[in-house]
Amino acid sequence: MRKVGVIGAGMTLFRRRLQETGKEMCFEATKMALDSAGLTRADIDMVVNGTAPDAFDGVHMKGEYLLDGCGGYRKPYTRVFTGGGTGVFSSIAGWWHVASGLADAVLVVNEEKMSSCQPHPQSVFAHIWDPILDRPLRPNLIWIFAMEMNRYMHVHGVKKEDIARVAVKNKRNAVGHPCAQLADPNITVDDVLNSEVMAWPVQRLDISPPSDGASAIVLASEDFIRRRKIKDRAWMSGVGWCIDSTMWTDRDLYFPEYVARAAQTAYKRAKISDPRRQIDFAEPYDPFDYKELHHLEGLLLARKGEAPILTREGVTERDGDLPVCPSGGLMGVGNPIAATMGQKIGELFWQLTNQAGKRQIPHEVHTGVAQAWGDLMQYGSVVVMSS
Amino acid sequence: MSERIKKWPGVELSAADLNEGKVTQTRFRPNAKYAWSAGEAMSRFLAELQNGRLIARTCHSCKRILFPPRMFCESCFRPTDEWTFIQDTGTIETFSISYLDTDAKRIPDPILVGVVSIDGASPKMGMMHYFGDMTKEQIRIGMRVKAVWRPWEERRGSVLDIRHFGPLKEDAK
Amino acid sequence: MTFLDRTTDARRFRQWEGNMEADYIYTSGVAGERFFVALRDGGKMLASRCVACNLDYLPPRLFCEDCFAELSEFVDVPPEGRVAAVTMAHLDRRGTPLSRPQVWALVTFEGIRGGLVHRLLVPPAKARVGLAVRAKLKARGDRVGAVTDIEGFEPVRS
Ligand SMILES: [Zn+2]
Ligand SMILES: [Zn+2]
Repeated sequence: MRKVGVIGAGMTLFRRRLQETGKEMCFEATKMALDSAGLTRADIDMVVNGTAPDAFDGVHMKGEYLLDGCGGYRKPYTRVFTGGGTGVFSSIAGWWHVASGLADAVLVVNEEKMSSCQPHPQSVFAHIWDPILDRPLRPNLIWIFAMEMNRYMHVHGVKKEDIARVAVKNKRNAVGHPCAQLADPNITVDDVLNSEVMAWPVQRLDISPPSDGASAIVLASEDFIRRRKIKDRAWMSGVGWCIDSTMWTDRDLYFPEYVARAAQTAYKRAKISDPRRQIDFAEPYDPFDYKELHHLEGLLLARKGEAPILTREGVTERDGDLPVCPSGGLMGVGNPIAATMGQKIGELFWQLTNQAGKRQIPHEVHTGVAQAWGDLMQYGSVVVMSS
Repeated sequence: MSERIKKWPGVELSAADLNEGKVTQTRFRPNAKYAWSAGEAMSRFLAELQNGRLIARTCHSCKRILFPPRMFCESCFRPTDEWTFIQDTGTIETFSISYLDTDAKRIPDPILVGVVSIDGASPKMGMMHYFGDMTKEQIRIGMRVKAVWRPWEERRGSVLDIRHFGPLKEDAK
Repeated sequence: MTFLDRTTDARRFRQWEGNMEADYIYTSGVAGERFFVALRDGGKMLASRCVACNLDYLPPRLFCEDCFAELSEFVDVPPEGRVAAVTMAHLDRRGTPLSRPQVWALVTFEGIRGGLVHRLLVPPAKARVGLAVRAKLKARGDRVGAVTDIEGFEPVRS
């Protein structure tokens, strides 16, 4: 398989409501990614679109609807979707277009416009539950995360303070992000612990917000990169993805086995045998603060139950030994489901090419890992990138 | 982020811009009604709920007792083999104390909800349900519980035929 | 592979009913805002122009789908268009028969990429491709900045 590099990235502001239509957001992000790679739409062989359920935007066949904004007009074009996992998975789909030799240059464009859904996207989230087993109980989506968080806390004896530290770190990290929706330089652990209880143990500041936004990246083959003399590139050295049982009440929720399997696949491809030593920084999926900890363990960057300790000791701060979510993550930058590719793959690219500005990790980094999570809490997608 | 990028696109709107029509917009309410077929496994499961029993399927290959019941084993990828009744008692695997109802509206009296692994099924196999006859201070992971069934005439062949799971008094057995 | 318990009586199957509750507000977007404000306040239609491709888009777009340039120049759509395709609807959206068939058309304008699908305000017998038409707008006070500010397209009488 051929070597694949990320050579450009772009994203819109992430906000609760944007005036732009979904296609217009896609255009803005795509144009920025092309400009940063020094390419035009004519240079692109194929286009991948990633976007979450149609019901958020309220447009059926959203992939088709967004295609012109994604640069897909009269090109081979595919929409991929793995729930929240799309945030990283669509870049894997882009990777296989190039790695296989089918394409030299590929656009990957992710979008979500959650403000269309009134009064709150919560109303359509209800429809991801099993209609017969779960929906008669009239569940609120937050319940499932609350139950997973509680199980994780129970098994390892994790304190809420240690989980709140993740929210504080990420919202502070997001201060350096020009697109951030919920950056806060002054937030404290007490603010999180004193925020409104939604579904215990989940409190308001444990959750990332719904957002409108789009993000885009450009992928290219090694050959193309050499030919075009492109300097800013980061290699996608390993990819992996995995899904667990759809019967979510049959799994022990304390550990994301599916993330571990996806990570093992990605690490094997990237020739990583000791992830904690060989990976310099991470962008795990953090729609809730506890998820960062859960996913760090799934990514085998912490032993089971160890992630809260690493966080408390400052290891995961931007200037720590293993910076985690230097972008500000979903907690700080926002959560337009699939478009979080901007904080995950985008951030890896910007960090590895020294373009992260105020967010640049102060020490030298060569290898990062990004991960997203989705469907009904059982899907993991993992990408390792190296300079 | 690139420090080279000077302008980040996006026109932010306030809730008022949208709700008071300060920008042009089009509103639509879909009217989508569904009837989901319960299929083979769920139809039997619902019928047995109406009888006040929980039923599972066994897989002879992996020796699991699968609950909720299903007609194929997702692990062995073969048809499951037999119906088997399991108990209506179990253990709280996890729970939440929800101050939000289904529409994300705040409620003063929280809903106790969680996952119960059911006795007689393979380990960790269970279902989501409400908890009752206990306070939010009393509920804990590992607590033993038993289904509290609605009276026969109120049952409809639904998971709601169980009102909730309440504390199991082991010595009363 | 087949299930060991085979279905012989479909009446044993239960079903579960529900609906999908959701309300949507669609913003017109950046280019759409220009279009609908001009329609509402000025009673006219705008197209966006791609200078590089020498092309106008209706409805106007923020970007050229071909050369991917951002479009900021807007031009007036000529008042007179032509019916490019036509259909007669005998049923409404729910499949209920209409008392009188409705005529719907795709209306295009010379030199402009795209067009509008709308009601054609003629009896079915008069509906044909090539018919010269113009937009019939609601009164200024009734216009809200939506595609329904146009009542339909009516023949140009010359
Ligand atoms: Zn089996
Ligand atoms: Zn053009």
